[in-house]
Amino acid sequence: MGLESEYEIPVLTTTVEKMVQWARRSSIWPVTFGLACCAIEMMAMSCSRYDIARFGAEVFRGSPRQSDLMIVAGRLSRKMAPALRRIYDQMPEPKWVISMGACASIGGVFDNYAIVQGVDQVVPVDVYVPGCPPRPESLIYGIVQLQQKISRQHLA
Amino acid sequence: MDGSALLALLQQAAPGATIESAPTADVHTTIYVSRDHVVEVARALRDTPELRFAFLAELTAVDLWPREPRFEAVYVLVSIEHRLRLRMKVRLHGADAHVATVSSIWPAANWLEREVWDLFGIVFDGHPDPRRLLMPEDWEGFPLRKDSPVQIRRPPHVTEALQVTQEEFAANLEHDRLTRRR
Amino acid sequence: MPELRTETMTVNMGPQHPSTHGVLRLVLTLDGETVCSASPTIGFLHTGIEKTTEQKKWQQVIPLVERMDYLSAQSNSMAFCMSVEKLLGVEIPERVKNIRVLLAELQRINSHLVWLGTHGMEVGAVSVMLYCFRERELLLNINEMIAGFRLFPSYMRVGGLREDLPRGFHEAVRSFLDRFAGKLDEYEDLLTRNEIYLKRTQGVGVISKEDAVAYSLLGPIARAAGVDYDVRKVFPYLGYETYDFNVPTKTAGDVYARYQVRVAEMRESMKICRQALDRITPTGKWAIDDPRITPPPKDRVYTEMEALIQHFLIYSQGFTVPAGEAYVPVEGPRGEQGFSVFSDGTNRPWRIKSRAPSLLACQALERMIVGGLIADVIAVIGSIDVVMGDVDR
Repeated sequence: MGLESEYEIPVLTTTVEKMVQWARRSSIWPVTFGLACCAIEMMAMSCSRYDIARFGAEVFRGSPRQSDLMIVAGRLSRKMAPALRRIYDQMPEPKWVISMGACASIGGVFDNYAIVQGVDQVVPVDVYVPGCPPRPESLIYGIVQLQQKISRQHLA
Repeated sequence: MDGSALLALLQQAAPGATIESAPTADVHTTIYVSRDHVVEVARALRDTPELRFAFLAELTAVDLWPREPRFEAVYVLVSIEHRLRLRMKVRLHGADAHVATVSSIWPAANWLEREVWDLFGIVFDGHPDPRRLLMPEDWEGFPLRKDSPVQIRRPPHVTEALQVTQEEFAANLEHDRLTRRR
Repeated sequence: MPELRTETMTVNMGPQHPSTHGVLRLVLTLDGETVCSASPTIGFLHTGIEKTTEQKKWQQVIPLVERMDYLSAQSNSMAFCMSVEKLLGVEIPERVKNIRVLLAELQRINSHLVWLGTHGMEVGAVSVMLYCFRERELLLNINEMIAGFRLFPSYMRVGGLREDLPRGFHEAVRSFLDRFAGKLDEYEDLLTRNEIYLKRTQGVGVISKEDAVAYSLLGPIARAAGVDYDVRKVFPYLGYETYDFNVPTKTAGDVYARYQVRVAEMRESMKICRQALDRITPTGKWAIDDPRITPPPKDRVYTEMEALIQHFLIYSQGFTVPAGEAYVPVEGPRGEQGFSVFSDGTNRPWRIKSRAPSLLACQALERMIVGGLIADVIAVIGSIDVVMGDVDR
């Protein structure tokens, strides 16, 4: 980027890809997909102590058609798996998935008939955040990692 | 009122039933009732003025496999007026595990009995809505039975079956097209 | 004038919805804005915890059981520990009882704060959510102080607690209680006489006293409908008969009455907390002395052979509980809860059944929303305070 200071014209030059990456990573809006206990920590993350709006996730959209990110927060049961897939399919591109918590990542403490052992059996996951439930700081770290991943994604 | 007085009162209110008392470790008086008299005893428990067990706090079942009788249905009842708690148990054999429903006496039993049917396979005769409650509708088997496995390694279903057939869908479209023409 | 052609519309308030407090599915048939019928479907969070606990030893069940009703985690684990202690026939020390009362009441305030925050946000008062979660962070700091973990401390054990209270506990709890009373007045200022809130909640989602009895509701919902039942008063446990507190009851049975009952319960909980805090000494016994159940302190484990063997036996094979069953009811934030614990005499439970007050509240939901407007459905679901982890287990 070059700044033409001797002519005093405030112009920045960059590539289209960098612009698009900056726009995409700076305003990731999640869809509300809180399933269980991790949803409570996700709500705590969006409140005033660990404010997630500083990182761009200003609002949690209710509708998947208006969101970029799905944070699967909580244990996914076999009955809920079709609904999860349907919500993921309804999100427009570009979209990312964070699997929050041990239950969403690998089944967690519940290795039994009712829980899907890892959300990545149903949707493709970008970032896994371990914990039971992960502290809000862990989840914020996960979102920052996702932002760095987006800044490396090529357009073509 | 202590356990034996309660038992005597109950036997008087439901004379045809076979009621035996059982030892208990906590604050509940525990009785075993024969399967055929469950509704009669339940009505007596709810309506007798000295008992008034108006609340059904819990309805569950235990699988004692491989012991016979295999199942025990457990009803926990609370009487606020007289500060009493009762645990009523019914022994059921594995081969014909069914008992009459008490949802006409305590409406709270509706979903509790559905859950017991869903997880154990105990049939409640006369239940208004015998569907699965917690497991998916197309699930086979009864998960909380002792001979049912804890872990299953099977990929999850990610698509749901269509709820209307192709012909029904086309017929609905045609009907809408005709009725909206005006 | 020709007859207007009307038809009802079926709307699916699906398992993913911002206002259903988790994964609850409601299929509503609407006539305009009025709800004609509602059929709830649950089971989308069924975790099979009860089957999983049959594979674990008795102390290993406690983290699993905390995750059932994830907003009243310490009440859950306390109820489970009390049921197992009843089967074992042991009596826990007085100091442990007082600490359990204090933690249970702090958990009640915690759960009611989450309820108030989410309910306020759904009705439209978004700032209530931010304020309530700010106060809740102080309570989570206290949890972190005693056990290192915010939501699920796993601090209760069969036979007492995991370890002694940390330094600075009394000051932390006292400073929270001093601060919270003023904050609760602020929240009431925002909502209690707010005309919009009154219009949205009075007369909405009414359940009569007879219906509350018939559906076995047994909690703040029943108390708001006029049923005077609180387990702490009727079947006291942990020395609750020695504490001085009231049980708030209303008769209207609508959403506003439930709000008033829960806010009043928070104030009563603060009273109980202060009384319990005065009775707890900063250091002392934190578990019974039974060598089968309580592991020895670590400094003895590192120096004495018997203590090492005892530690190894407790953590490798656990303790055995005599055969039988027990159910100790406790007053959780949602009503009467407890665990029916069935033991066959070994070191693993045979069956554990959790009495879920939220399940019965979901069943009564249909009664409360039929005949109302669709906007009231949100207010009602918020007011009955369902936790889907408890409904589905």
